[in-house]
Amino acid sequence: MASITITDVSKTYPGAPAPSVTGINLSIRDGEFIVLVGPSGCGKSTLLRMVAGLEDISGGEVRIGDRVVNRLDPADRDIAMVFQNYALYPHMTVRENMAYGLKNRRTPKAEIETRVAEAARMLELGPYLDRKPRALSGGQRQRVAMGRAVVRQPSAFLFDEPLSNLDAKLRVTMRGEIRRLQKRLGTTALYVTHDQLEAMTLADRLVVLNGGRIEQVGAPLDIYHRPASTFVASFIGSPAMNLLDAGLEGARLRLGTSVIELGHLPAARGAVTLGIRAEDLTPAATGLPFRPDFIEELGAQRLVHGHIEGQPVVLALDPAVPVGSEMRLSVAAARLHLFDTTSGRRIATAARPGLAVTETA
Amino acid sequence: MNRIRPFDHLILILGTLFMCVPVLVAVMTSTHSAVDIHMNGLYLTPGDNAVETYQTVLTRQGGFTGQVTGMTMLMNSLILGVGFAVGKIVLSMAAAYALVYFRFRFATFLFWIIFTTLLLPLEVRIMPSYQVMSSLGLLNSYTGLIVPLLASATGTFYFRQFFKSVPDELLEAARIDGAGPWKFLWDVLIPLSKTMMAAIFIIMFVYGWNQYLWPMLMTTEERFFTLMRGIKQILQVWIGSQIPDYNEAFALAVLALLPPVIVVVVFQRWFIKGLTESDK
Amino acid sequence: MSDAAQPMKSAGMIRRWLSRPARAAPAKPVQFDQPLLPWLFLAPQLAVIFVFFYWPSVQAITSSFYIEDPFGFGATFVGLDNYKDALGSAEYQRIAGFTALFTVLVTGFSLGLGLLFAVKADKVIRGRTAYRTALIAVYAIAPPVAGLMGMMLFDQHIGPFVQLAAWFGYDMKVGINYWDTAFAMILVSVWKQVPYNFIFFLSGLQGIPASVREASVIDCRNGFTRFRTAILPLLAPTAFFLLIINITYALFDTFAVIDVMVKDKPANNPLTLVYKVYNDGFRGNDIGGSAAQSVILMVIVLVLTLIQFRWLERRVHYG
Repeated sequence: MASITITDVSKTYPGAPAPSVTGINLSIRDGEFIVLVGPSGCGKSTLLRMVAGLEDISGGEVRIGDRVVNRLDPADRDIAMVFQNYALYPHMTVRENMAYGLKNRRTPKAEIETRVAEAARMLELGPYLDRKPRALSGGQRQRVAMGRAVVRQPSAFLFDEPLSNLDAKLRVTMRGEIRRLQKRLGTTALYVTHDQLEAMTLADRLVVLNGGRIEQVGAPLDIYHRPASTFVASFIGSPAMNLLDAGLEGARLRLGTSVIELGHLPAARGAVTLGIRAEDLTPAATGLPFRPDFIEELGAQRLVHGHIEGQPVVLALDPAVPVGSEMRLSVAAARLHLFDTTSGRRIATAARPGLAVTETA
Repeated sequence: MNRIRPFDHLILILGTLFMCVPVLVAVMTSTHSAVDIHMNGLYLTPGDNAVETYQTVLTRQGGFTGQVTGMTMLMNSLILGVGFAVGKIVLSMAAAYALVYFRFRFATFLFWIIFTTLLLPLEVRIMPSYQVMSSLGLLNSYTGLIVPLLASATGTFYFRQFFKSVPDELLEAARIDGAGPWKFLWDVLIPLSKTMMAAIFIIMFVYGWNQYLWPMLMTTEERFFTLMRGIKQILQVWIGSQIPDYNEAFALAVLALLPPVIVVVVFQRWFIKGLTESDK
Repeated sequence: MSDAAQPMKSAGMIRRWLSRPARAAPAKPVQFDQPLLPWLFLAPQLAVIFVFFYWPSVQAITSSFYIEDPFGFGATFVGLDNYKDALGSAEYQRIAGFTALFTVLVTGFSLGLGLLFAVKADKVIRGRTAYRTALIAVYAIAPPVAGLMGMMLFDQHIGPFVQLAAWFGYDMKVGINYWDTAFAMILVSVWKQVPYNFIFFLSGLQGIPASVREASVIDCRNGFTRFRTAILPLLAPTAFFLLIINITYALFDTFAVIDVMVKDKPANNPLTLVYKVYNDGFRGNDIGGSAAQSVILMVIVLVLTLIQFRWLERRVHYG
């Protein structure tokens, strides 16, 4: 078990004009569950593979525990990895798959057997130990892949989109299993996914990546409630945060013909992007004018798609709340997010209790 | 959509007859005596001369030196077929492994060096190849018979394609599991390639067994003659004889065609897979 | 695929290889980094290729510019004379003409029959395996064996084809009459090649997704039009690959068929170019002339390969 420290790491593929990953700084505590999340091509897998030793590190330094591992072979880094397609050796039985890495390390036979038996018990793989992977279901193969990682008792687990090949229901179950297993073993974990829900539910801390850089690092709820940029705001959370073009006039926010009183002076002026979570908008007698277009029923809640001042907005409502052809919406001032329109960065606001006062001309 | 249409079956039956009747004729006619064949023509029914004909063909010492029998030729064909197939698999698997799984200087250049051999069939460079063999003193040897045929990259490309289709993550997992190049090759890649090796073995065995021009040039000593060479021989004897040994010619043809046909028919699944998938 | 068709075998791979961007990505994202080991693995293959491919090929090209003394007393540089002699001779032109005709007929018929049988075998359910087995078995038969069987079927005394022709009042003389021999050669060569085409067409047909077939059934009533407009374009890559293979087969692999069927008496019989290379080199001892003809054949093969990459490919639908 160990911490992982990533300092100024970058990756440039030979012949590529720009680096794929750049300026990554991240320190992971021992036993922490870190999820790297971002859209495809954001560099999350590259970063993980550099930690694993499957990609050369172009610049910077990766430490596992107190060893710099930049030049170490993957086998010498004391890590275990779970792949998206499981990468089980198809010609070996489940038992042989799990034992292979230990055998190569010249672990004594008896020790191998105990560890495999222990992992099999933990993952409920006992009955399948002598089967070949092709005779197993997707979820079982996933477990074998995890078992292969577990028996190694590594300093860190690396997961590369391990649940992407499973169906939705199984994904939820396996998500729980991974979390339980990691907590129980207390092993540091670095987990890559493009699924923000998976990221939110698994992580101790989330690392949101975009275009090869870190956008934001933080606990899932911190990120959800205080996204550092429009990118994070739209990537984390479902439905995505509503982003509206607005203008700052001192303490007043102009949205088309509507005006919102912020009650304080933000450190910006002129055009800004206003972010509001779908669940933070509530129907009221007065407020922002909302024209619903259509409704998506989700059971526990309903999503109402429509427009405020000609800009698309999604509303998450209790199914009991009636939806009219025209509605007025209010929002708590503390739940308003302001972003710089050009850079997309968050603008600091002083939170103030109470509803934002809105008026429509 | 899938109604049975007699017309489809009619065409297939005609096709089957077109393909198979000549083989059947060869097999059946070989069981009759030369005189019968000379008088009555070809047969579609078995005769009673089979044992005698095949015994003669397999054991009679023939040729100018009296050294060669059908049995010897059968053995030589087998040595050529198996030797060629095994050599091809070993050589091309090793080369493809280097090309796919290693990062090293000149890899692309070497790829082209090997690839170029696909462009020029043996037939167009047969004369200089013969001269090279003769200056190396490899005429009339199994080495001379087999090794030059290996100088084409087909097998390498079959294996290269196959290795590229093996999921990348297997190597990555193996490296994390602490396997080096030899271990990975032995523990993972070779076991994974078994079906592919079988398919290539069949294709190459048939190819080697069926070689004609090369053995004809390379072997002047009769103890190295293959069945294909024997066919040439029997035809040369034939010219000018009163009653040609039709039965023996057919028996030799049957001996020459049966082993590869059996291999292909019995292992047709592997064989078709190897043949068609490597093209992609 | 036997003998020389093999070299063209990997056309698909080459095609893709050529179409890759200039900076070729490595075959695998992760590779072993060892400077010497790959050379060890490549060494046997490279050794064989250099000794038995590059050396003879270079020799072929070199000796095509020389006239060698038949008694082995040195050689004289003659520049392009060997090429001029070869291309200028009436005999060469006649043989080249026959080779072209032979190639077109063998390729056309064996492709056509292979496709026909494959389409039918793909349709039927009953007896599918039996038909398939029967139709591919001949693949394994060596060209000289095929030639021998052809000889028997066209034998002057016992050949049923000769008897059939006689029944129609025609005196067929294979081995003596030029066109009779040509007919027999073409028939045997086609017979030998049908299974190969059948295998590839059948596997191509089976690779067409069921959904596409079903969509075409909904969109098009007429079975033949449906085949022509929906299925055939999808088979185009296979057909295209096979076209080149078949041309190479007809040019080179049929050597044994011809050698057996002309019974060492090439005088009055139809020959192909590759047979002439062999005949001039080994029988005529005209090493320079034979080498020049070899080089001409090499050029033909190279041109075929280039055509395959550049021109025909554009007319083929890749899905």
